[in-house]
Amino acid sequence: MSSPASRGRWMSKTAVNGFLLLAVVYMLFPLVWLVTAATKDTGGLLAGNAFSFDGFNLGENLSNLASYGDGIYFRWYLNSLLYAGIGAIACSLICVAAGYAFDKYAFKGKDQLFGLVLMGVLVPTTALALPMYLLASKVGLVNTYWSVLIPVLVNPFGVYLARVFSTGYIPDEALEAARIDGAGELRIFWSVGLPMVMPGFVTVFLFQFTAIWNNFFLPLVMLSDRKLFPLSLGLYSWNTNTHGEPSFYPLVVTGSLLAVIPLIVAFVSLQRHWKAGLTAGSVK
Amino acid sequence: MKRARTTRAAAILLGPFFVLFTLAMVLPIGYAVWLSLFTEKQSGLGFGGTETVFSGLDNYTAALGDRAFREGFGVLLGYCLFYIPLLLVGALALALLLDSTLARARRFFQLALFLPHAVPGIIAALIWVYLYTPQLSPVVSAMESGGIGFDFFSPDGALPSVVNIALWEWLGYNMVIFYAALQAIDRSVLEAATVDGAGAWRIAIGIKVPLIRASVVMVALFTVIGSLQLFTEPLILNKGTGSAVSSTWTPNMYAYTAAFERNDYGLAAAASILLALTAALLSFVVTRFTGRKGKKA
Repeated sequence: MSSPASRGRWMSKTAVNGFLLLAVVYMLFPLVWLVTAATKDTGGLLAGNAFSFDGFNLGENLSNLASYGDGIYFRWYLNSLLYAGIGAIACSLICVAAGYAFDKYAFKGKDQLFGLVLMGVLVPTTALALPMYLLASKVGLVNTYWSVLIPVLVNPFGVYLARVFSTGYIPDEALEAARIDGAGELRIFWSVGLPMVMPGFVTVFLFQFTAIWNNFFLPLVMLSDRKLFPLSLGLYSWNTNTHGEPSFYPLVVTGSLLAVIPLIVAFVSLQRHWKAGLTAGSVK
Repeated sequence: MKRARTTRAAAILLGPFFVLFTLAMVLPIGYAVWLSLFTEKQSGLGFGGTETVFSGLDNYTAALGDRAFREGFGVLLGYCLFYIPLLLVGALALALLLDSTLARARRFFQLALFLPHAVPGIIAALIWVYLYTPQLSPVVSAMESGGIGFDFFSPDGALPSVVNIALWEWLGYNMVIFYAALQAIDRSVLEAATVDGAGAWRIAIGIKVPLIRASVVMVALFTVIGSLQLFTEPLILNKGTGSAVSSTWTPNMYAYTAAFERNDYGLAAAASILLALTAALLSFVVTRFTGRKGKKA
């Protein structure tokens, strides 16, 4: 009954959405595998048909995870929360303060300083990890919380984003009004600028939290004490055991699943913010 | 008066960032340059330990003269030529599909495609290496029963294996960047083209893509810099049984091995500097050859 034109449109529509759906399958099946694999014991995993829930062993896996090595896994979990939580809050505050200053003040050498920030965006950070390790060992910081926490406080791209957000969210008139009321500059930043730029703060926080949670190279270089490991490094060290001792497979798989959950929750619930961040990075 | 007041406020607000920037970026770069100019020598007849002596550019010639290091750059080149076009074309294609008037459930697609980015790189690598391992993987057995035998750990399989992991991690992320840029295009431009009789395909390739050029350049730039640092994924593959990925497969792995297995910090620093210089050179080339528009990004 339908005309050729509308049939053509229906077919294009099917093709477009079909392609997108195919891409979604590619993106999600490893995650689905992670969920089903976390319910298997060693034998079930090695049998290779992990896309099913038979031989449901998740409870056992979780209790093994909690008990292995005096519960070292959850120590790593706390460490990751600490590194990523404190690191991302401090880093976002530092970035927003700097971005605000670049946006709202005129001062000598501003363009050169901002150029330096933009150059910092392009520095391959892994090339810095080794000299940073040697510097840290000189001042006795290697193998401490600080050795992982201090370097992640710096994010030049965060400053760039914060400047874009400051321009977009804080009207100069609001600052002028506060100045007329006699408020000091820092006071104005704290009680006028910062609340207005909060969406930008959350965006920088989200990206930095993810970056620190995912950080692997820096802790690998800096830390040797297992008690200080973040999840990424702990899971890596377990994985190196799997070849001799296959019973580590369920620990790594279940541990990976739990390690991914907070970020998935954050990205699903804060969609507006990561989209805003990627938009500010792409359009400006 | 007012000027002094604002300069002081700016200094206080910028202070923490630049102090940390100096500590965690400028100082390590300077120290790496310094280290790369020295080497450890056995003193005297080999008694009395080692001493550190100035060696000029010896570490650089040693790194460049080492076949393993040069091969690492060869691997990187192959990786970039394989990965970057796939990533850019794939992300652009997905973004254009999502931006077309025919797409449904845009929010769902955007989220689902982005989600792998929330998975830490090390865990992404672990998942995929398990999916490559014949005993563990439902994929390998499915492929075999379909008559496709592919050994992800063979010498020929190493590069596709790593590229696949990287694509999985970054395709959706960059798709969202392109999609955001596409959404910002002035719709009246597209309407005018439709009125002129241009088809969807023509509009996508002839109008939309050129308009988001700055985003494409920015993504290309960050991807090049990220690719040069390739480390985590091949490291996990290297730990896989019988893998063709050596411990010096990429320049970053070479620097890591030089520092922590051979304790040759001078060589490791020189290798890191050469890598950073390559990144600087390529950033320059990418921004220069794509015109001034790219510089704004």
